[in-house]
Parts: sequence; structure tokens; C-alpha cells
Amino acid sequence: MDYKAPVEAYTGVVREVTIGKGNKSLKIGGENILPLHFFDQGSNPNPVKFALEILDMKPEDWPEHAVEPFKDVISDPVSWAKKCRGFAVDAVSLFLMSTDPAVKNAPADKAAALAREVAEAIDVPLIVYGSGDEKKDVEVLSKVAEVCDGMNLLIGPVLKENYEAVGKAILDHGHTAIAQSPLDINLLKELNVKLSKIFPPDRIVIDPLSSALGYGMEYSFSLIERVKQIGVITKDSMTMMPIIANLGGECWKTKQAKENKKQGLLWEGMTALSLLLAGANILVLRHPETLKLIKETIEAR
Amino acid sequence: MPIAGSEIVKMLPGKKPCKDCGFPTCFAFAMKLASGGATVDKCPYLSEEVKAKLVDLLAPPIKLVTVGSGENAVKVGNEEVIYRHEKTFVHSPGIALLISDKEDGAEVEEKIKKIKELQFPWVGVNLKANLLTLHFASGDKNKFLALVKKVYNSTDAGIILISEDLDVLFAARDICADRHPLLYPITKGDIDKAIPRIKENLTPVGLRGESVEQLIPLTIKLKEAGIEELVLDPGSKNLLEAIRDQTSIRKAALKQGFRPLGYPTIAFPAFMAKDGLKEMLVGSAFINKWASIIVFSDFDKYSLLPLLVQRLNIYTDPRFPMAVEEKYYEVGEPDESSPVLVTSNWALTYFLVSSAVEAAKVPAYICVKDAEGLGVLTAWAAGKFSGDSVGTFIKKCGIENKVKHRKLVIPGKVARIKGELEDALNLKWEVIIGPRETTGIGAFLPGLAKQLKG
Ligand code: SF4
Repeated sequence: MDYKAPVEAYTGVVREVTIGKGNKSLKIGGENILPLHFFDQGSNPNPVKFALEILDMKPEDWPEHAVEPFKDVISDPVSWAKKCRGFAVDAVSLFLMSTDPAVKNAPADKAAALAREVAEAIDVPLIVYGSGDEKKDVEVLSKVAEVCDGMNLLIGPVLKENYEAVGKAILDHGHTAIAQSPLDINLLKELNVKLSKIFPPDRIVIDPLSSALGYGMEYSFSLIERVKQIGVITKDSMTMMPIIANLGGECWKTKQAKENKKQGLLWEGMTALSLLLAGANILVLRHPETLKLIKETIEAR
Repeated sequence: MPIAGSEIVKMLPGKKPCKDCGFPTCFAFAMKLASGGATVDKCPYLSEEVKAKLVDLLAPPIKLVTVGSGENAVKVGNEEVIYRHEKTFVHSPGIALLISDKEDGAEVEEKIKKIKELQFPWVGVNLKANLLTLHFASGDKNKFLALVKKVYNSTDAGIILISEDLDVLFAARDICADRHPLLYPITKGDIDKAIPRIKENLTPVGLRGESVEQLIPLTIKLKEAGIEELVLDPGSKNLLEAIRDQTSIRKAALKQGFRPLGYPTIAFPAFMAKDGLKEMLVGSAFINKWASIIVFSDFDKYSLLPLLVQRLNIYTDPRFPMAVEEKYYEVGEPDESSPVLVTSNWALTYFLVSSAVEAAKVPAYICVKDAEGLGVLTAWAAGKFSGDSVGTFIKKCGIENKVKHRKLVIPGKVARIKGELEDALNLKWEVIIGPRETTGIGAFLPGLAKQLKG
């Protein structure tokens, strides 16, 4: 019995998406191999990237050990964003929580002005997430797109319910879109098909929703794994987009992460590493120590 | 690569319908064999040679190996798929705690205690680590054997023995052989000497190579010697090598049907990472990436729980979502003016909502609607959490007899069902849109409770 190491060569190539402009730009995706499968034929020109999240308001329910690295800047999103640079981030992700009608219902123009200020203050690309309220986000994300015209931010979530309006604003002002659908491969493809009709597919990043360890992580894991395989192995054009795993917030809202720092770092770290192994191209984390741990773990030689 | 019934039938005697096997024809028997519903020995007319060949062909592509005995036996292997979305992973990996004979008495006691006592109730199951690994590192044989005796006598956990010195390895084996310990490592250099000793008292064997390829002649040799409970260590030194090696072994077994690599694997985060947290992270990656036994140098309750939850998640059968029963649940001691919330019956949705309500210290009713175990938003998208169906459930679940008010809180993520739901409830209930995230419940609920009381 002769053994031949199984070396695969696939025909699908994930679209390479650029976010940010000029010397602030960052490429994600572009691979034709499965995650970390450097032993197969092909390559990943843009190894997985990491962003840290910041909020547009002082967080209320973060445990002290999550606030700690940013405690001096936590009430000021601009300084907070700048401080992220000290943790070797590839991007910063701003969450416009305060615009949520159920939180503060902050007005769109205020949020947009902040997004611009943050984007200008940092030397890495900015990701902007609206509150997820499908109606309010039309207003908020359109305004963000307009005020930050030409900066090529990564903006989302673009949902099935609002993709036409939000997609148009993102496109008109030269940004990149996060297409988000709830943990289902068919819904995800359907949204990409619809969005692609009005939007260039090489400016779409997929957000399949990331659940935390113990709270549905395995659904996100298997979904991302499938999306990646359907793209890379079977060359399905509508799944050949880079994947964003926005998991920090989900992990840190669990009782287990709040209870103890070490447990929290591992909660976020194991979720992140799982989704990375499944095929995420960019991870949004909350704790800078998690980021460091994950990087060192995958870079160990 | 399972063999087809049509292939098997060619190897059967074809004595028309003699039916001695209990099946009407050879073909029917062959089909049953292929699906695992019968065993080869039922046909009395097979030569020893054909029988052996069939047994081999029909064996699962990854050998089942048992470490430990009795209630604490850990069974690994027998996996059928490369990716969990293809079907499911079956035998969750053994999580092992390493004790070196260089550690002092107190440290040893502490670790034995950890294996016994670190247990976590989690969504109806009890999570715990299940193996002890004893490492001969002191150079003092008697010291190591004393450790083996101590562990053998004071726990009933499955044992992995590590010793580069074969004499010490087999002496330790003789102390705890009835516990079915795993002997590690057997290598290219000592396999010939080891074989007769292994056969004196057969227990599982861990093979160490410097690559996947190097393991192949070793497994072939052991199998020929009748030693088949094998566990493979391809010697991966970091995460990237681990992914490469584990992927090769898994694909060789399941995609290429290459028998000499059809065994479970063992991984040693204990020897791969210096930092405790990174060790746990590498270990968690091995859970995703198919290791069957994973050995850690140490852990405590805060680092072990995430790892065990990771194992539970990845080995959950994706075909059956975890669901809770459809009914209303009481949190605290609610009365006729307590808030009423509705959510879907995915176990985790329910636990998130109920723990948030509990933390808010507001007694309340949570009406859990059967949505086939999906989360709220997914359930809505799949048509299992529509206004109509939620309305029907609210009417029949009995909550209308429990509260005097008629205000129903729905998850903010499905705000859009408000109108349809109010119609379905014949406008008798006012539907209130709750927070989008369970984290918002703490701020939301006390206000509502006050309003309902006053
Ligand atoms: S006992 Fe053997 S020969 Fe007879 S029918 Fe069954 S398989 Fe065929």
C-alpha cells in the first residue's frame, strides 16, 4: 500500500477586497486554499487580520477586566481608537451603539461626524457597524457613507431588509459593504445575489453572525467552514467573498467572560481561533490580550 | 471509504439461497454487511482468508481505541467525516492532565484532586476532564513507579504512561494493566524490542514519529503483530504543523481509505506552548482539528471550563439542535402582574434570556415557543417565529390564566412581527418591543415591572 500525502488544488479564489485608502489600506481575502492549509497547492496572500472594537459611548456592562486596557480613554472614542494602535491592530471597528432607538436613539449626523473623526485620527482602516436596527441603520449608515465620502470604510450591517438603500449609499460614496445574514447559508447567498445586482461583488465582505463559545459557536463554526469550502472548493461565486467574524461583543456579554479575566480571554480566544480555523478572514475582538494570544498561537514556529 | 454490498457479494460463496446466515440470499447478506447490520461470522462457508479480508474491509476507517476501563473508559476513533457539517463528529476527545514524577507530593495531590473535582454542569450535562498522563522525567524508576501506584490506587481515571525508557514503561504498565493504559511513545528505534513486551499484556499503544510518513511502517508492523489499538502522534511542533499533520491523517483515513493511518491521534499542547493560556488555545484548536486525546500540563477551573465547552460544541451533532420544551417558564416567583416575555426554544437563547431575567432580579414568565431549536432571528427567517404562530402558542400555553395584564414582550430582533402578532391575539394583548440583545434586559425589565404593578 503506497501512501501519497493528500495535497489538494482548488479552483475557487476568494475575492481580494481592499478596505481603507492609500497608506491606510488593507487587503483581505484572496486565498485559494482552506484556512492555514499552506501544505496544499495555492496560497493565501493576505493572512488573517485582526481588529479591535470601540463603542461610540461609554460601555455600561463591560466587566472591569475588559475595560482595564482602555480605562483612561473609554469615554472618548477618538482616543480609544488611537490607543488600539498600541496593540498592533490591522483595523479598528466602531460600533454606533448609541444610535439604536432602544439605547439612546442618537441622531445619524452626530454618529457620522464621529465616524469621520475616528477614521481621520487613526492610521489603519475603519470598520463601522450600525446598531443593527434595520430602519435606523438606513439613516445612520447612509449618513456615515456620505460624511466619510471616499474613505473606503467597511460599513455594515447591510441586511436583506435594507440592502437597496444602504448598499446604494455605500457604493455612491466609495466604501465597502458588510453583508450580514442570520446563520444560514441560503439566506447568506440570497443576500449576496441580490446585493451583487447593484453592488460590485469584490467590495462585499460576508458577516454570517458569530456566536460565542457555549452560545452557538458551533453554528458559526460550521457555517463559516461551509461557506469557505463552497467558495474555494466548488467555486461558487456568491460565497467567494472574505468573511468577517465579529465576535468580541458576543463573547464578552456571556456570564463566563464577565466572571473572570482568564476565563474571559479564553472564551473570546477559543471562539476566535475556532472561527479563524473555519475560514474567517478578519476577526473583530474586544480584548487586546486575546488578540496578542491568538497571533502568537498561530505564528508559533 | 465504505465498501459497497455489490463488491462484498463477489467474495461470498454464492451457494444460492442456503440461508444459513439468516438472510434469504448471499446478496441480502452482503447488503447487510455493508451497512454494518451483520457480522462476517454468520456465513459458515467462508475460508479463513476471505473472512479475514472481509473483516478488514468492513472495519471502520478509523479504529476505535479504548483507554481506561469501566465507567471511565474513554473511547476515541471510529469517526466517519472530515468536517462536522458533513454529518457529525462522534467520540469527543479525551482531555488529559499531565503529572510529571518531578513534581512534589503536594503538586501531585493537587492535580489528582483536579481530575476528581473539576466538574461543571452545563445545559443538562456534566463536563469534566477524563484522563491522567504520567510522565517519567525524573530518571528515577522507583519514583515513577511509586507515582503510578499512587494514581492507580487513588483514582479510577484512565491513564496514559509516558516513558522513553521501555523497561520503565512496561514496569509501569504492569502496575495498572487492568486499567487499560495507553503506552507512549513507541518509536522507530524501539518498536522491535517493544512488540513482544506489548503482547505480554495487550493495552493501547501510542506511536511517535517525526512525520506522518514515519508512522506508516510502524502501524503496519504492529498490526501484523496483532496489536491494533494504536494512537498516532506525528510529532507536530506548532499549530501550523498540527493542522497539516492532522489533516493528512484524517484525509488519508477517510478520503483515501489508507488503512495504515486509520487510527485516532494524540496531541501534546503540554509540550508545545510555554504559556498556560496559549496551551489551552492550542488545545482548543486540536479539538476542532481532530485530535482524539489532548494532553495539558495543567489547568484550573477558569481555563478548563472553556475548553470543555469547546469540546461539547464541536462534538454536538449538527443535525439535532439543542432545544428546550415549549411552555411558559417561571423565573423567581412571578405573580399575576409580573412581566411576560416570549422567545424561541433554542436552548441557548432560553438560557441567555433566563439568566438575564434572573440577573435583573425581576420575577417574570418566559414563554418559550417551539421553533425547532433555532435562535429567534433564524427562526423568524425560517418562518418558525411568525406573528401568527407565536400568537397561537400564547393563546394555548396557559399564560392568560397566570397574569391579569395583557402586555407581551417580544425580542427586539423580531420587532417586525408586532402587528401580525397583535392581530393573531385578536388585539387583546399589547405587544411591547423588548431589547435587541439579552444584555438590554437588565435595563429594560425593572421599568416594565413597575409599570405593570402600578
Ligand atoms: S450463509 Fe453464506 S452462502 Fe449461505 S446464503 Fe448466507 S452468505 Fe450465502
